[in-house]
Amino acid sequence: MNPPKSATAKKVDIQAASAPRGESEELISGSEAISHAVKLADVDVITAYPIRPYDTVMQYVSQMIADGEFDCEYIVAESEHSQFEIVKHASAVGARVFCGSSGVGWLYAFEALAVTAGLRLPMVAMVGNRALDDPGAFGVEHNDALSVRDLGWMLAWVATAQEALDTALIAYRVAEDSRVFLPCAISCDGAFLTHSQSIVKVPSQQMVDNFLPPYDRGDKQLHPDNPITIAPQANEDWVMEIRRQSDMAARRAREVIIEAYDDFNGQFGRGGEPFIERYMMEDAEVALVGMGTLAMPVKVAVRKMREEGKKVGFVRVRWFRPFPSIELQEALSGVHAVGVIDRDYGFGSSFHSGVLANELRSALYPLATRPKVVSFIAGLGGREVSTDNVIDITNSVFAAANGGDIDDQDTYWIGVRE
Amino acid sequence: MSTSSVEVVYRGIFQKTLAKNICRGIVFAAKKQGRIGIAFGRYSDSPERNGIPAKQFAVVSDTEEELEEHLSRYEPDNNDVTICADDTLCKGVESWAWYGLQPINKLVKPGGTLLVTSMRPADSLIRDIHRKGVPYNLATVKGTASFSGLWVYKDDHTDVRLLGALAKVAPDVVSLEAIVEGIGDSVKQASAKKAYDMVESIPVAADQGNDEVPYEFDLPGYTTMEECLVIRGMEKQQDVPGRDGGYVPARNPNFKKYATRTMRPVINFETCTKCTICWLQCPDTCFDVTPDGYYDANMEACCGCGVCEAVCPVDKCITMINEEAFTDNASQWELWTKDKEKYSEWLSEKISAQPARSHGFHHVGQYAEEIAHEST
Repeated sequence: MNPPKSATAKKVDIQAASAPRGESEELISGSEAISHAVKLADVDVITAYPIRPYDTVMQYVSQMIADGEFDCEYIVAESEHSQFEIVKHASAVGARVFCGSSGVGWLYAFEALAVTAGLRLPMVAMVGNRALDDPGAFGVEHNDALSVRDLGWMLAWVATAQEALDTALIAYRVAEDSRVFLPCAISCDGAFLTHSQSIVKVPSQQMVDNFLPPYDRGDKQLHPDNPITIAPQANEDWVMEIRRQSDMAARRAREVIIEAYDDFNGQFGRGGEPFIERYMMEDAEVALVGMGTLAMPVKVAVRKMREEGKKVGFVRVRWFRPFPSIELQEALSGVHAVGVIDRDYGFGSSFHSGVLANELRSALYPLATRPKVVSFIAGLGGREVSTDNVIDITNSVFAAANGGDIDDQDTYWIGVRE
Repeated sequence: MSTSSVEVVYRGIFQKTLAKNICRGIVFAAKKQGRIGIAFGRYSDSPERNGIPAKQFAVVSDTEEELEEHLSRYEPDNNDVTICADDTLCKGVESWAWYGLQPINKLVKPGGTLLVTSMRPADSLIRDIHRKGVPYNLATVKGTASFSGLWVYKDDHTDVRLLGALAKVAPDVVSLEAIVEGIGDSVKQASAKKAYDMVESIPVAADQGNDEVPYEFDLPGYTTMEECLVIRGMEKQQDVPGRDGGYVPARNPNFKKYATRTMRPVINFETCTKCTICWLQCPDTCFDVTPDGYYDANMEACCGCGVCEAVCPVDKCITMINEEAFTDNASQWELWTKDKEKYSEWLSEKISAQPARSHGFHHVGQYAEEIAHEST
C-alpha cells in the first residue's frame, strides 16, 4: 500500500468562503470521502488488504498517514479474514476501528464478520460493492454486503460521496452507542461511487468532535484493570438469551439512528431523513424503490415522466438494517404499485425476486391495503441502468397498477440479452 | 401399545462409542421383536471432550406415533432403565452445562432400574446415589469403566453384557432372545447370556441413598444477563474464616466440578516441601494456599486431571485416588491440622486400599492389567 503521490486528490477549495462553519469543499470520490470520515473520526486501528474497489479507501488512508495528516495503527493483514479479526480484537480493547472489503474478499472474512456482530463490537466497515465470483468481475452488485444481513450488522447504502462521508460519521455514533454496540457496514457502489469524484463538504474537526463522542466501551472493555472474559463457549441453556440480546440491540438501533440524524441535521444542516429518501412521493400513484447509486438514473427518469404527467415517485432505502418497515409502510401505503429495482439477485427465492423486493413485500404485507410489488433485477455486475431502463420499468409498474399484463408473482430482468 | 426408553450415562470420548453401541443394540433387538426405535445422543459440553458426562438414549415403540411422542422431548425423562457406564457418575451428572448436579437416578421412572457397571457392592453405590423419593431398583454388572469401542482398546464385551443384563432387569424393553439374535457373533452372544444370568438387582427404598440436596442454580434471562457476552472476573476473595494469611482464589460459585472427576489427589502434608509446583501447574487453579504455606486441593474446583501428582517432585506426596473412596468434599488440610495422627491413618487407608484407578491415562497397558486382575 504505497500509492504514488499523484494518487492523492488535489484539494480544490471552490467556495471555501461560503462553506458553513469551517467546512471545506473538495472534489473527491466516495472512497476518499470515507477516508476523510475515518480521519475526522480519529480512528485508532485500521486494517487493510487489497481488493478492488475497496482498496482505494486504503490508498487514501495510507496517503494521509504518509503525509503526516493522520495518526493511527495501520496494519496490512495477510488476508481479509485476519484483516477483520485484527480490528475486531482492537475494538474489544476500546479502539475505534475501521475496516472494509469488497465482493468475495468480504465473504472470505465471513467468520470474522459473524463473530464481530455476535460479540457486539462496534466495527465500522466500508463495503465497496462488487459482484461475487464467479465470474470474476469488478462491477457492482449488492449481494456481498447483503450476505451479513441477518447477523446483527447494520447496513447502510449511500448514493453520493457526501452521503458516504456523513453516513460514516453517523455510523460510528450509532454503532458505538452502548444501547447498540453492533457493527455497521456502509455500502458504496463499486466504480459509480468509489471511483467517481464530486464536490463534497468536508466538515472541520471541531464539528465532528461536537457530533461524535469518543468510543467508550465502559465496563465491557478488555483491560487489565477490568478483569473480564468475552466470547465464551455457551451451551443451549445460554445461546437463545444471547441471541435475544442481539435482537434487542438491533431493535434499539432504530431510535439511536433517529437521534443521530436529528443531531446531524441540526449541527451540519444536512443529512435528511434517517432511513429513506423520498423523491417526488407526495402525490405519487406508483413508486420505484432501490438502493445506492441507482438513484441517479431513477431520479432523472422520474423527472422526465413527471413532465409527461405520470405521477411516479422514488423511495431510496438508505438503511437496510435495521430495515425501515414503518417508514416504507407509511411511504408506500398510498400508491397502487411499487417497482423494486434490485442490484442483487435471490436465486430460488420467493418469486425469484431480489433481496430488497422480498424484504419489502414482507414489510408491506400487514397493511390493510397493499400496493402490488413488482420485482426488477437490473444493473448486475456494474451494468448501466439507463434512464430508458427506468422508464420501461415505470411503465410496467403503471401497468401492474392498472391491471395490465404484469405479473407481480414473477421477477423481470432489465437490460439482459436474450 | 407401549413405548420403552433407556438412558445411557457415560464419560465423553472414552465411552462414546460404547454408549452408542448399547443403544444401537437395543434398537436392533427391538426391531427383531417387531418394534421400531431410535438411538440418539444428548450432550451439552462436547462428548468428544475428555471425561465429560454425556448421554445416549434408545427409545423403542410399537408405532411411529408413540415413538414421535416420546422423542418430542429434549431428553426422555421417564426411562425404564438408566445405564451408568462409569460408577463414579453415581455421585451425579453435570452433563447439562454447569448449572447443577443431576442425580444419576433422576430420569429413572418409579420402579425402574439403574444399571451400573461396577466392581463395588450395591450398598457402596447406594451411599453415593442421591435419594430418589420413590422406590426403584439398582442392578450391577461386574466391571470397571470400560473403554470398549475407543479405538486403542480391545472390545471387552461391555456393550453386550449390558444388553444381556438389560433383558433381565427390563424384559418389557427387550427380550434376551431378541438381544442375542441382534448380536449375531456367537462369542458375544455368550457374554450377553452370561450377564443375563449373573446380573444382580436389589430394590432401593424411597429414602435410601445420599441425602444431600444436589446443588443447582437459576439461569439468568436476557434482561438480567450481562450484555456483549461479557463474563466478569470474580472479586478477590476476602477473609475466608480460618484461612487468614493464606490465599483462597475467588471461584465461580456455580461452576463446580464434582462429577467431572473420577479421581482426586490426596496429599501427604508431612512430606510436602511447599515447592509450589502443584499450585502453579494445576490447570484449574484448584489449590488453596493455607496460612502455613501448604497447598490444599479444593474439591469444588478439582477436575481430577492428575497433573499435580505427575509434577510433584516428592515421592508419594500426592496420590490420585478413585472417587469411590470418598463420601465428602472436605478440606484435607483442615483434617490434617485438626488431628495429624488421624489424618495419617486416613491417608494410609486411602492409599493402601486404593481401588482400581479410573480412566487409564496414567500408563499404557493399565486397562489390560486391570482386566487381568479382575478376571483372577
